[in-house]
Amino acid sequence: MPIDASLVGRGYPPTQPYPVTTDAVVAFATSVGGSYDVAAGLPPTFPIVVTFAALQDFLDVEQVELSRIVHGDQRFRYERPVVIGDVLTAALTVTGVRSIGGNDIVSTSSEIVDASGSVVCTATATIVHRGATA
Amino acid sequence: MSAISDLTTGDALPEVTYEITRADLVAYAAASGDQNPIHQDEEIALAVGLPGVIAHGMYTLALVGRAVGAWAPGAEVVELGAKFVAPVVVPATGAARVTVSGTVGARTDDLLALALVVTSDGTKVLGAPKATIRG
Repeated sequence: MPIDASLVGRGYPPTQPYPVTTDAVVAFATSVGGSYDVAAGLPPTFPIVVTFAALQDFLDVEQVELSRIVHGDQRFRYERPVVIGDVLTAALTVTGVRSIGGNDIVSTSSEIVDASGSVVCTATATIVHRGATA
Repeated sequence: MSAISDLTTGDALPEVTYEITRADLVAYAAASGDQNPIHQDEEIALAVGLPGVIAHGMYTLALVGRAVGAWAPGAEVVELGAKFVAPVVVPATGAARVTVSGTVGARTDDLLALALVVTSDGTKVLGAPKATIRG
């Protein structure tokens, strides 16, 4: 199904609950050359794990190939720090679609909530769906 | 480094440089779940019109998170974001380098905004990068 303005306002089901484990946080921190320091808390971009899962679900539903996607922007607004033991889900809503030069620019907002349903973080992102180059 | 309370509006935040290798991108793909092949496979990256294997934008933003952690250890980050305005091309051998610097911006109540500059090879790779910390 094509990416078009009819998607604006559409919400997608929440992602599978994601339990935040020490192992996952250590792997994430290490992969960006850092380390996980309990006192300093989680890397601030860690919520991308559930944000990306929501994006992947969206792409699957809309039958968009991931390799044609590049990230345009990303912003996180945190209500509280994510901690080990949190069980997070993300629910994505499409907030805008524009078409520029054969590319679709899709704006999204994903609400990340904990097991009690309280908002932990709101992630807004723009993704660029690159049109065929051949 | 400094405690958050020592950061004063107008202070320069010392430049930090990080390296990104292809192996880092493979590890990050596994850790983040973002297995987009444009971050690992040169042929696919070129086929979709990119200049080569590029770092995940979120990899670069994670480096900003590391820089904030170095400047203000233990600070609670309440906002973090940027536009990805230019790709960070990661060579098959060796590493791409990303440099993060900044200035302490305005304080509003207990929040401190950090204005950042993020470059690779002298090119700005993040647009309007911004971090806000509590402290």
